[in-house]
Amino acid sequence: MSVESIIRFDNVTKKYDEDTIVLNNVSFELERGKFYTLLGPSGCGKTTILRLIAGFIEPTEGTILFNGKKINDVPANERKVNTVFQDYALFPHLNVFENIAFGLRIKKIKTDEMKKRVKEALAFVNLEGYENREISEMSGGQRQRVAIARAIVNDPEVILLDEPLSALDLKLRSEMQYELRDLQKRLGKTFIFVTHDQEEALAMSDEIFVLNNGEIQQSGTPLDIYDEPLNRFVADFIGESNIVPGIMIEDFVVEFTGKKFECVDAGLNPNENVDIVIRPEDLVLTTVEKGKLTVTVDTQLFRGVHYELSTYDKDGNEWLVHSTKKAEVGSSVGLDFVPENIHVMRLNETEEEFDARLESYGGSDNER
Amino acid sequence: MNAKPTRFLSFVPYAAWIVLFVIAPIALITYYSFFDLAGNFTLENYRNFFTSIYFKLIVNSFWYAFLITFFSLLFAYPTAYFLTKTKHKQLWLLLIIIPSWINLLLKTYAFIGLFGLYGPINAFLEMAGIGQHQLLFTDFSFVFVAVYIFIPFMILPIFNSLDKLNPALIDAAQDLGANAWTTFSRVTLPLTMNGVKSGIQVVFIPALSLFMITRLIAGNKVITLGTAIEQQFLVAQNWGMGSTIAVFLILFMFIIMLFTSGSEKGAAGSGKIK
Repeated sequence: MSVESIIRFDNVTKKYDEDTIVLNNVSFELERGKFYTLLGPSGCGKTTILRLIAGFIEPTEGTILFNGKKINDVPANERKVNTVFQDYALFPHLNVFENIAFGLRIKKIKTDEMKKRVKEALAFVNLEGYENREISEMSGGQRQRVAIARAIVNDPEVILLDEPLSALDLKLRSEMQYELRDLQKRLGKTFIFVTHDQEEALAMSDEIFVLNNGEIQQSGTPLDIYDEPLNRFVADFIGESNIVPGIMIEDFVVEFTGKKFECVDAGLNPNENVDIVIRPEDLVLTTVEKGKLTVTVDTQLFRGVHYELSTYDKDGNEWLVHSTKKAEVGSSVGLDFVPENIHVMRLNETEEEFDARLESYGGSDNER
Repeated sequence: MNAKPTRFLSFVPYAAWIVLFVIAPIALITYYSFFDLAGNFTLENYRNFFTSIYFKLIVNSFWYAFLITFFSLLFAYPTAYFLTKTKHKQLWLLLIIIPSWINLLLKTYAFIGLFGLYGPINAFLEMAGIGQHQLLFTDFSFVFVAVYIFIPFMILPIFNSLDKLNPALIDAAQDLGANAWTTFSRVTLPLTMNGVKSGIQVVFIPALSLFMITRLIAGNKVITLGTAIEQQFLVAQNWGMGSTIAVFLILFMFIIMLFTSGSEKGAAGSGKIK
């Protein structure tokens, strides 16, 4: 165990009753001072992990360690973590000052010190001078900031954020993404951020944990996860993907849609069945002659930055293409791509096996 | 354009109700309060009301109403709290509400049987070696029966406010370091104060003018304003004095309503925590 580790889960399982397993044998380690994101669809167990760290629930099996000490039985009010809740959970009967000072009053901090710290916390979230406002007078974005100030004022070691941006409109949400990321850097504290929004996760995190059905599917930097999705679920959940079945003929050669292509993956069995992922933005629209694939344009949507084309090849596989160029609906076009854009996913490969395989042939991802 | 007559028509039942059953009776009572036994106009009733006998009745009435409200609250809050934590809370709540549908007189008579010298409670006391006691016609039995009758009306508003309380706020309080008691006193209680207030209102005000339970359980004593009104109207046939007491009772009720309704701003009234 590294010295920097602040939170560790050892084979943690959470069941609500015998049949409903919310978390299934989850293990991971979090380092101090990083921005982590738990990403997954609703019901994947991401909020359960957060509530386990906060201490609102106890694990059925396994150990949770905080700074190397087991905290399974430590109640929420004695843990050095603070939470920013999904609907903010600000106390409606208290004004902004009293909301932020709530934790400090419980710790019986002296009035002068308390005022100073509340003021600092408000400055941190750009809400100077809002002390005497009622919560009902604040906008969604402002409430969000008060909730963050209420958490950071207690100087916790870890700040948990439970989908804090989901109630905000798009523009405010992207603003807050920058602010949160900036705040985490300034504070230097460990942030654990829960979201179902993959763009949010990619934009903000040092490391992402992708969860599904109570299990961690893959963890890594946003680039790792985007470029080297481990399985169909991750590929599909993180960004838009074209996933087609293929056969790994030999190292660095893969066959799909009846053609052989050069690729950058290796370490699989010859003629193994695999899933092939190509991102829509990696496909380049070209003429039928120059293209590696020939497809027919089915529909075309203008998405602002690019056109989103839904195209089909002769086998009936759908290929989504993001292109700045327009195409004619109903026409045949060619699709071009480079070997690096082909991502080969082994069926039912675990994260450890995947990492080991990359290690063995010094794969495309130099960061590992 | 035909919205106007419809709106006017829908206003008629309300207006009729207010005039016939609220304004007219209050006006009549006020009118009667200015006449003596012989039917002459007088202010004597009001002068009489400020004598020591009536002052004692007022104090008594308020004291009993306070006791009844206090004990109702004492039992109702934990009960309501417990109910919100149960699985089939609406069913359990219904079971508590059902007795309030049974006729009041019936329930009161049942207690006469229970508390009587030869009733089951005394039989039990004797078996336990404590011996027979006079339970009926005591302050204890009066407050006990009144609390029993009023408790559902106290539980209901408190249950509703507890049920509406966002559970994330409890998590938030604990997250910020509050233990169970601090969470209750700084978050749960202030945020359910409106329920407590309406509970106090629906118990204290009727308790102030109780006369039937007073008569049947506390015995043939004039101890509260309610029994005093009954006495004046039915025994002394002094409608003037009875009306005067009633006028003051209505005044007291208005004052209590003003105190317990509070501001509409959620539970902002208790916003300052020291």
